[in-house]
Amino acid sequence: MTYTVGTSVRIKAMSPLGHIRTPHYLRGKTGIVERVLGPFKNPEQLAYMVPAPTRTLYRVRFEMGHIWPDAEAPQDTLDAEIYEHWIDQDAT
Amino acid sequence: MPHDHHDHDHLSPSGHPFRKDNDSALSYWQTMEVAIRELMVEKGELTLAQIQAQIDAMDDRSPANGAAVVARAWTDPEFKKRLLENGSDAAREMGFDIGPMHLVAVENTADTHNLIVCTLCSCYPRNLLGLPPDWYKTREYRSRAVREPRAVLREFGVELPADMTLRVHDSTADMRYIVLPARPAGTDELSADDLAKLVTRDSMIGTGLPKAP
Amino acid sequence: MENPEHRWHDMGGDAAGPVPMDSHDFAIWEKRVDALVILGQQRGHFTVDGLRRALEDMGEQAFESMTYYERWVAALNQNLVEAGVYSLEELGAKMEQIKARGDTYGAVQS
Repeated sequence: MTYTVGTSVRIKAMSPLGHIRTPHYLRGKTGIVERVLGPFKNPEQLAYMVPAPTRTLYRVRFEMGHIWPDAEAPQDTLDAEIYEHWIDQDAT
Repeated sequence: MPHDHHDHDHLSPSGHPFRKDNDSALSYWQTMEVAIRELMVEKGELTLAQIQAQIDAMDDRSPANGAAVVARAWTDPEFKKRLLENGSDAAREMGFDIGPMHLVAVENTADTHNLIVCTLCSCYPRNLLGLPPDWYKTREYRSRAVREPRAVLREFGVELPADMTLRVHDSTADMRYIVLPARPAGTDELSADDLAKLVTRDSMIGTGLPKAP
Repeated sequence: MENPEHRWHDMGGDAAGPVPMDSHDFAIWEKRVDALVILGQQRGHFTVDGLRRALEDMGEQAFESMTYYERWVAALNQNLVEAGVYSLEELGAKMEQIKARGDTYGAVQS
């Protein structure tokens, strides 16, 4: 499925061992889709020179206060590019 | 050619002035670089000319290129719109050879400041700005820029007011980011060329502000 | 092994000290490594992702004890060997040949 701008999403908490580009500090965190970047080949396969399927890449915006309980400025934001297979729709 | 004998302390074994690049003791990794280069040339993968051309192309890339883009955006509102919409196309429009880089420009405003980091490695918009500064690649910057960005900015001499929103961008995938700094006050009379001189490298990463006129 | 659920290179949010501000000018050998990395990708032998993967797998000790371009040339080598561009035998022989030319970087250029 494609997530639209403004959708609330949660980053998956999984930890497969290998070349992944979802930072550990964002696993399990909730943010909003800030923009849809489009289709890109999955770096998880590109890194090993095996055929790489295309995945939709999203920019997801997180509030600092939702990542760090003691953030100096909780309303500051953090944007990161996350591949679709690391995202679940956040129902809450 | 006669040498000045006062300089014997500073001469390398070759008899020429010491150059750290060439006259330091050969390391394992330097040997590997020479070996890889020669093997690739011998196998017809690359030519020495191509290697030199790539070095020259990288040397041509510097913060001055980014500064020109910023200055144009400050003086040409339609260009600024295009820059914010598609940074790559806007940079190419100005004649910069950025290759396949996907460039996203993020704008500093009266109430928003942007900061760029790559926590996972050191991704940087090198095809526009040239090679990144050493500090950008340090553990300290990569760890703390997403965790305590305002404290990091203070170390760079930037204090953000509490009512300003700081947006940190972690370059985790294919996008490369450039901050479009806010145009300094009192610069209405300046040409784009003069405006570009106010745009520092750090202001395009977010760890600095443009110079005052 | 490092913590598999929080690998060493995944640094965002880790505790760390003040940002070191010193910088260095790039040496010619470093610029050549950079060029070989870019050109090797253009030749299709590896991807930037493969380079990063090799850097990650090198481990934290390498990050602490090697310079940026020392790690890059090591990662470049890893990727080129995996791509079959040259064999370890070829690399070894070539490196010995080069060392025999002299004691400094300048002296061993052919």
